[in-house]
Amino acid sequence: MAVITYREALNRALREEMNRDENVFLLGEEVGEYDGAYKVSKGLLDEFGEWRVRDTPIAENGFAGLGIGAAMAGLRPIVEFMTWNFALLAYDAIVNSAAKMLYMSGGQYNVPIVFRGPGGAALQLSAQHSQVPDPWYANIPGLKVCAPGTPADALGLLKSAIRDDDPVVFIEGELLYNMKGEVPDEEHVVPIGVADIKREGADVTLVCHSKMVKVCSDAADTLADEHEVEAEIVDLRTIRPLDIDTVIESVKKTNRAVVVQEGWPYSGIGAQVVDDIQREAFDYLDAPVARVSSLDVPMHYARPVEKHILPSADAVVKAARHVCYLD
Amino acid sequence: MATKVVMAQLSPTMEEGKLVEWKVKEGDEVSQGDVLAEVETDKANMDIEAMTGGTVRALLISEGDVVEVGALIGVLGDPDEDVSELVDGAKPKDVGEAEEEEPEAEEESVKAEDGEEAGPEAAEPEDDAETTTGTKPRTGRVKVSPLARRMAEDAGLDIARIEGSGPGGRVVKSDVQAAIDAGGAEAQAEAGASGQAAPERAAAPTAALRPARLGDERIEASQMRKTIAKRLVQSIGPVPHFFLTTEIDMGRALDLRKALNERLSASGVKVGVNDLLVKVAAEALARHPEINASWDEDAVQRHGSADIGIAVAVPDGLITPVVREADRKGLAQIATEASDLIERARNRKLKPEEYTGATFSISNLGMFGIDEFTAIINPPEAAILAVGQTAERPVVEGGEIVVRRRMRVTMSCDHRVIDGATGAAFLQTYRAMLENPLELVS
Amino acid sequence: MDRRTLDRREVDLGGYEREQLHDMLSAMLLSRRFEEKCAESYQMGRIGGFCHLYIGQEAVAVGGIHALRDDDFVFTAYRDHAQAIVRGIEPRAVMAELYGRVDGCSKGAGGSMHMFGRDVNFMGGHGIVGTHLPLAAGVGYAIRYRGGDEVVLCYFGDSVVNGGPFHEAFNMVAKWKLPVIYVVENNSYGMGTDIERVAAVDRLVTRACAYEGMHSERIDGQDALAMHAAVAAAAERARGSDGRPTFIEAITYRYLGHSMSDAAHGTYRTKEEVQAERKNDPIATFSDRLMEADLLTRGEYDEINQAAIDAVEDAAEFAENSPHPEPSVAYDNVYADEFRGGLDRRDAWR
Repeated sequence: MAVITYREALNRALREEMNRDENVFLLGEEVGEYDGAYKVSKGLLDEFGEWRVRDTPIAENGFAGLGIGAAMAGLRPIVEFMTWNFALLAYDAIVNSAAKMLYMSGGQYNVPIVFRGPGGAALQLSAQHSQVPDPWYANIPGLKVCAPGTPADALGLLKSAIRDDDPVVFIEGELLYNMKGEVPDEEHVVPIGVADIKREGADVTLVCHSKMVKVCSDAADTLADEHEVEAEIVDLRTIRPLDIDTVIESVKKTNRAVVVQEGWPYSGIGAQVVDDIQREAFDYLDAPVARVSSLDVPMHYARPVEKHILPSADAVVKAARHVCYLD
Repeated sequence: MATKVVMAQLSPTMEEGKLVEWKVKEGDEVSQGDVLAEVETDKANMDIEAMTGGTVRALLISEGDVVEVGALIGVLGDPDEDVSELVDGAKPKDVGEAEEEEPEAEEESVKAEDGEEAGPEAAEPEDDAETTTGTKPRTGRVKVSPLARRMAEDAGLDIARIEGSGPGGRVVKSDVQAAIDAGGAEAQAEAGASGQAAPERAAAPTAALRPARLGDERIEASQMRKTIAKRLVQSIGPVPHFFLTTEIDMGRALDLRKALNERLSASGVKVGVNDLLVKVAAEALARHPEINASWDEDAVQRHGSADIGIAVAVPDGLITPVVREADRKGLAQIATEASDLIERARNRKLKPEEYTGATFSISNLGMFGIDEFTAIINPPEAAILAVGQTAERPVVEGGEIVVRRRMRVTMSCDHRVIDGATGAAFLQTYRAMLENPLELVS
Repeated sequence: MDRRTLDRREVDLGGYEREQLHDMLSAMLLSRRFEEKCAESYQMGRIGGFCHLYIGQEAVAVGGIHALRDDDFVFTAYRDHAQAIVRGIEPRAVMAELYGRVDGCSKGAGGSMHMFGRDVNFMGGHGIVGTHLPLAAGVGYAIRYRGGDEVVLCYFGDSVVNGGPFHEAFNMVAKWKLPVIYVVENNSYGMGTDIERVAAVDRLVTRACAYEGMHSERIDGQDALAMHAAVAAAAERARGSDGRPTFIEAITYRYLGHSMSDAAHGTYRTKEEVQAERKNDPIATFSDRLMEADLLTRGEYDEINQAAIDAVEDAAEFAENSPHPEPSVAYDNVYADEFRGGLDRRDAWR
């Protein structure tokens, strides 16, 4: 096991898959000469050349659509968005073309493509650059949506996404890129649609994905050290298809759940998880399921306000205590 | 070659069309693209155009007709072509004048909507936020987590008898677990036998109301109404009632009252029948202390004085002012106190201590012409006397039918405290005292 | 249409075989008769949804697609029945798709706007204006990526030239020299809006000037041979590793309304205008020219036309008899593989 960063894990996944399959290529703004806006594609242009690592104009709808066309013709494009905020310009291509092609062609044209880039807040990027795109894509049948929270999952899930025959929306995190973690040295593939128990516990289930895995991990430490509560952390990893079975199994054990997401509360991923829990584990609940999310506001620039808006380990601890009837 | 002219689908949602006007007549020459007819669709008036050229051979519907999309409405062809097969083969089906049927349908849908709107709202059950935190069995809505409910069911535990420690008194996993650890269903059953018993029905669900109709009025319950509801449900649910009725000859009692009032006229005090009934009840209770008692979980509490509650009807409910120690007071004093209490009760001027803590109650509906009825015990009292009107009734005395002033009373008894015989003995005394007022002083 | 501004004049018949010309006539007549049948079927309620007919524009599809090789690719927008048939999808399959039946070329899932034919590289009718232009660029990218010499022919309507995807796609195909031929079918109207009222250029073809390396020309789209010659030249220009993309503006005219829910004329154009344009019918002028040149007899014309009528009647009968899809196919083809946990997990109460 080597300890590498999330960024390096993604780079390794790209390199391994491009070596494995010559149909795999990367395109997007700054992916080539600049080595990627966040250096995820570092060194790939030199290794694979400009047709496989393509710097594009700043025209998200155009190059996303180009990727979709290439996928219809049998290639396996990886479209990098500098951030998912910019991908809103490509929403038509992703939703109307990529997600619908197989269906409306009666099964003739699948679209094996990966759209990837960082989502969510970084530091003081304010309203237009801090958005969590998860539910915008998870709502669309025809898309798969991954949001790994550790380097090992980033490596394994990106490899699966590239090999998948359907369009996959792959949401990373700017604040995750420097996160270090153990990653297997050998071939490591994480299947799409399988959640992971990141920590076992008997008292409360914390459901999370992406950046919130770290937040929940911190909260679980506090709960154990200061409140005698053993939290179980279920990292969804993929939010469409959602591995609700793993969530339900955990809730049946703990009888309590706190669902944590970075995005807005209204119609968020957490709302879907709570719906699934109430429907499939109603008789196992000892308390209403609690949710922790961002405040229902655009992102503020000022640091204290930004911090207040984002979900914190402290909030998760409070919610967990509440569902455990400790308050 | 003959070509059909059909009622064209001119919008994605169009199902039928109304012919506004034919723009051609039979025999006219038309070319492709010529307008044949103007049609009113569900959206607008539009033209039907000729798909091919030719002679108009037949126009099969009239202006104003409404036909389904696809229905044959005309035929184009060569001037001398035989089109009879086409014309005869497909007489258009008139779907009728839509306007005629519409009002009725509309009316019905309005009705249905009204019913739907009013129904659920009117039937919405009250959510009683108040919770029971004591060890007594709770009634009304029991809050319980789904898990706790399932655990209790599995363990054979009555959830209503488990104290909830969660928010709003919600019974949660730990509460049920504690009950299981404490011995589970057996322990609960024992507790029930020895006095902690919960009612069979833990909750008194509000029956679904019929859908609201015109003229119905929903009046929000006052706090008083809510308290009455809660208290009475607490009673008839957990308190095992039984009822004893007897008929009392009131002749002498009424004569006595009359005589008393004549004597008291100077003092301004007026003794009512009720006062007499209170006094007699207090005396009878003094002689039957087993009736003047309360059920207290694992014991019967006998009360040292007969504090008699008098049910008083007030707007929006009733209240029960208490005449304290009626067994130790004379009729005049009872009359004076009761009169004051009743007046202040009607003016809502009673202090809480003046309408709580009775040991026995009397409810008299005689003034409403009621012959007899049963009253619901006001816990923790063990009995209540329901008094009907005093009326002249034929009675057999010594083989003769005579007319006597008679009054029927029904005592509701808490069987946990009073048994049939003890209750009957009390009533016997009560009756004897009224029929022979000398008993009062004996 | 101001034909003085056209970039390509009458094409010499000498370069064409008689059979080739008859094939083009046949394809145009098949398209025309097919769309007429669609109108009839729509009016009979056999076809649902939006239905955009191609009558009047046949030479654009036929001239262009007949200039391609079998391994080339074709994209178009939602006015796609004729392109699909001309490219080689069976009229039966296109009509069954319009009827929403299992034998439709998209299994009844797409309808009028979404004809697909993978066997003949027909990459779809696309329903959002302009959205397929970058997709065509992507197929061009894949061709160049693999070192192939196929080309992509991508049709779209005049309203597209004012939108973002047009420029984003043009910029990429020009910069990366992708083998894509873009054809704007300029029928003067984006739905009911005259293109002159909303475009800041008189000649749409001049839009290509912004993209170095992209060849462009404006031709008579009612002339099948002009169309054929232009696309043939564009394909030759595009093939190979140093190919160049082309933008063709084909001046054409639609005789019917934007869709079956619109009148042929009304607020935005006059009946006189439509009738005047009908005199320049692409099928009539083409067949007249062949007859004048002794390349077609009246008998041959009637034979070809009758074959088209027969094929269309056969297609309609086939569509009518094709089964409706079972409701359970709703879950088919949402994903290429199995959806973990079940796609229908949250779809109770059906």
